[in-house]
Formats: sequence, structure tokens, C-alpha cells
Amino acid sequence: MTVVLDVLAGALMLGGAVLALGAGVGLVRFPDLLSRMHTAAKPQVLGLLLMLLALALRLRAGSVVWMLVLVALLQLMTAPVAAHMVARAGYRTGKVDSERLVVDELTRDLAMAAGIDLLEGDVVDDDGAPRGD
Amino acid sequence: MTVVVVLAAALLTAGAVLTLVRAERGPSMLDRTVALDVLTSVLVSGVALHAAWTRRTDTVPVLLALALVGFVGSVTIARFAAVEPEGEGRVLTREEVALLEAQRRAEQEDEEASGSDDDEHHGGPAPGEVRG
Repeated sequence: MTVVLDVLAGALMLGGAVLALGAGVGLVRFPDLLSRMHTAAKPQVLGLLLMLLALALRLRAGSVVWMLVLVALLQLMTAPVAAHMVARAGYRTGKVDSERLVVDELTRDLAMAAGIDLLEGDVVDDDGAPRGD
Repeated sequence: MTVVVVLAAALLTAGAVLTLVRAERGPSMLDRTVALDVLTSVLVSGVALHAAWTRRTDTVPVLLALALVGFVGSVTIARFAAVEPEGEGRVLTREEVALLEAQRRAEQEDEEASGSDDDEHHGGPAPGEVRG
């Protein structure tokens, strides 16, 4: 039984480490902020969870495993906060190229809020129809 | 177990080195922030790996502390991210520093000469704060 658990832990460790390496490669190779953030999230959430699971399988002691659950929960709560702040700052400082995005709802919504129709260049109402007199 | 741990440690080290490459290249502060965030989680993974290898339980609080405060740095930097002009993310040469210093000093002397008492601006946004 212990051998099975150790093998499982080893596999999970390797999985977490591969994700860390993948994030490193992605960070170096990807061209802009948003795609780098996309790879950065892999070791932050899944990689860390795999590592903690491997550690829990190795330790097999109740009280410490609960602490590891706490670590996982904290990471799951804080990683999105940091990512959100960085992405928002990136958008506001012009790091996001709207032309290269498949979906860019924020630019559209901000334009709508400002009353500008992106396609027509006209001033529009909230429902997107051109503003009549 | 040792083989697996050494292999995983090598992969983690390679990942950490690559994130350091991105942190060095930038080009913007936010790219460096993302890279350092990844470096923190690789560090957490490394501590977990060590604890799993030696079956030590006394390093688990380190994991807890890192997971707790790891995001503070990136949130702080993101809060004060400013538009960086192209080409400014580099170390200035000695001449450029001297020029900037001279400009700053001239401005300061101008201000003192005009005698404006505009030094009371409490509150308001911090310099470089992003709004909108």
C-alpha cells in the first residue's frame, strides 16, 4: 500500500514540476501580457495542487494535511485576485491589443458606456441603435 | 523516490530559470510581476517537494505563509502600474543620468525662484496611479 501511495506521489510531483517548466517556457516564448498570464496560472493553481497532493500522500498525517488544504484554498483565492489586478492594470496601461483578441467585451462595453458605436463610428443609445432625433 | 525527486527538482529549476529570464527581459513592469508570481509558486512547489522527499512536516507553515502573502506584491505593483514609454525599461547611461539630474535641478531652482507655495497637496491620487 505504501508503495502504491509513493508511486502515486511521485507521478503527481512530476506532473507539478512539468507544469512549472511549461509556465517558464510559455513566459519566455509568448508574445504579450495576456498570453503570459495564461501560462502563469498553470503552476499557480494546478501545479501547486498536484505538488500539495503529492506531499499529502507522502506525509499521511492528519493535522499537516489539513494545513495543506488551507494552503490550497488560500492559493485558489489569492491567485485570481492577483491575476485580475494585473490584467486590469495591463488593460488600462495599453498592454492589451484589441485587434489580436477573438472576444473583447470590455472594449465594446466601455465604448457603449461612452456612447460610441465602434463599427459605425456614430453616437448610439444604450441599446446599440443609432441615436435618432 | 530519489530519482523522481531529482527529476522534478531539475524541472522546477528549469522553470524557475525561464521565469527569471522573463523577469529580466520585461518589457513592462506587469510582465515582470507575472514572472515573479510564477517564481513564487515554483518556490512553494520546491518547498513542498523537499518536504515530500524528507517527510519533514516543519516546513509546511512556510508553504502557508508563502501562499498567504504571495499575491500581495503583484497586487501592489498592479495598483500603481503606469504607462511606460517605449525604451525606458532599461538602465540609463551615465550621460543620460547626468542630463536628467541637471534638468531636475534646473526645475527645482525655477520653482524656488518663483517662490510658489504649492507644496501643500495632501490627499489626491498617488503619482502614477492608474484611474479610469
